[in-house]
Amino acid sequence: MTAKAQDTGAAGDDETRRDFLLLTTGVVGAAGAALSAWPFIDSMNPAADVLALSTTEVDLSPVEAGQSITVVWRGKPVFIRHRSEQEITAARAVDLSTLRDPVPDEDREIKPQWLVVVGICPHLGCIPLGQKPGQPRGEWGGWFCPCHGSQFDTSGRIRKGPSPTNLVVPPYQFTEDTSIRIG
Amino acid sequence: MSSSDNTHPLVKWIDERLPVFTFLNHELRDYPTPRNLNYWWSFGSIAGIVLVIMILTGVMLAMQYTAHVDYAFDSVERIMRDVNYGWLLRYLHVNGGSMFFIVIYIHLFRGLYFGSYKSPREILWGLGVIIFLLMMATAFMGYVLPWGQMSFWGATVITNLFSAIPLVGDSIVSWLWGGYSIDNPTLQRFYALHYLFPFLIFAVVFLHLVALHVSKSNNPLGIEAEGPQDSIPFHPYYTAKDFFGFGVFFLVFMGFVFYAPDFFGEPDNYIPANPLATPPHIVPEWYFLPFYAILRAVPDIEVFGYILITAKLAGVILMFGSILILFFLPWLDFSKVRSARFRPIFKQFFWIFFVDCLVLGWVGANPPEGFFVVLGRIGTAFYFAYFIIIIPLIAYFEKPRPLPESISAAVLGGKKGEDS
Repeated sequence: MTAKAQDTGAAGDDETRRDFLLLTTGVVGAAGAALSAWPFIDSMNPAADVLALSTTEVDLSPVEAGQSITVVWRGKPVFIRHRSEQEITAARAVDLSTLRDPVPDEDREIKPQWLVVVGICPHLGCIPLGQKPGQPRGEWGGWFCPCHGSQFDTSGRIRKGPSPTNLVVPPYQFTEDTSIRIG
Repeated sequence: MSSSDNTHPLVKWIDERLPVFTFLNHELRDYPTPRNLNYWWSFGSIAGIVLVIMILTGVMLAMQYTAHVDYAFDSVERIMRDVNYGWLLRYLHVNGGSMFFIVIYIHLFRGLYFGSYKSPREILWGLGVIIFLLMMATAFMGYVLPWGQMSFWGATVITNLFSAIPLVGDSIVSWLWGGYSIDNPTLQRFYALHYLFPFLIFAVVFLHLVALHVSKSNNPLGIEAEGPQDSIPFHPYYTAKDFFGFGVFFLVFMGFVFYAPDFFGEPDNYIPANPLATPPHIVPEWYFLPFYAILRAVPDIEVFGYILITAKLAGVILMFGSILILFFLPWLDFSKVRSARFRPIFKQFFWIFFVDCLVLGWVGANPPEGFFVVLGRIGTAFYFAYFIIIIPLIAYFEKPRPLPESISAAVLGGKKGEDS
């Protein structure tokens, strides 16, 4: 009787032990397999040479009030607009509670006359119109995205259409009075 | 069962070691097929032949194409002008893509009309939806390769969809791009994947056929074939019918290839990609238009003045949802009767749904302004209502017409089949 009980006990222990080993090896194996996927996935992320793309220096002195220029930074267009007094006033007179992405105009530039924004619609990545004379600028005199009809004001803020956010202000600083470094 | 037909000693010798001949006999010759299949059932095998043509022309094109932003556009022009029959291979491949979608859409609507998704064919149907998703991904990446304006901007718009995902969206997009914008790394990976995916499609098509050969074909009456009097062997009856279908299909296909090769294309794609200028009106390829309309249909979803889901995220969810919902169709439509022939109410709504899909396609082709915004919203609402509300309600309330006793009774009018 006792011997029999010991037997089954031993067998039971053995089974639990085997189950445990099977489970732990299984888990370790699965974790290893999952981790080994990372190099494959990460190889698709931006490579070092892409990451090393330099900053962009822009001389603003030839740009008259009311004019705009487009420069390329990290493969993307950046809109720089020399805003007129009128445009600045229009951008600052807005009631913030009416905006989808409420940011005061003062927080979107270093010097009020220079607005610098990434020229890519935050909706689906099209390039809004309004940089060249004669292009539609939308109801708020900023930019108009031809793809899905987003309209931006003279501060690059979304006013109408599907874009969830304002045009992005890239990191930049003034190196001189009329020249900036983006990035 | 008919391996006894393989009488040649060499055939026998091979068959006893690797039963390919038995297998082929069983699946392609004796395979019992309902005797009443109409021409709508030809589109499955037509889709198969198109896949073969796409892979064949694709492999030949790959030998001439250069996946680099500086050379891609020119290499395609070289294929068109300098490579022997390059124009033919490319136009077959380009129009073959459009044909593939036409054929698949007919195949899909045939399944919807005759209830081919119902038990026991749920997995067969689900595999079909997976093939459809893989096809869309393949077609999308293939369209990027010529590196024209529509290639570039179409890719920009579609990859940016993923940035709508909360928190990780931007990281996913730069992972997909391999950079900060659509650029050379993106082109190269799309090329690699565009080459890979057709073989995945091939594998899933194989599973689709395995599942088909387990439950056998549905048929226009939507009742199961019960005995030998309801079925005929696949060969020669349906091989002949399918080959006739191929012939008619090739007339249409070659009509486009030789007489209107750019009919489905966008002229803007003959302008090399320019990352600094968006074309005035970006449209996807025609086969994506209904989904594009759904993407743009929804406004911000607000609760008490707070934006709960942005228009962008909601659009993306609905667009993917519009296809994923097909997976659930076998359970949403719990009516026991398959074929719309015996479902008077379902039949009417089916045709309304069909028109709704065409309307969404029309909306997708137009700029999202005024009338088209409203129409797009109504169309999208109906699309989802059809699956989630209308179909279950019909399944519950509709009184189907009486089903025929058997396939043979219905199609032979009581006469005995020749081979029964």
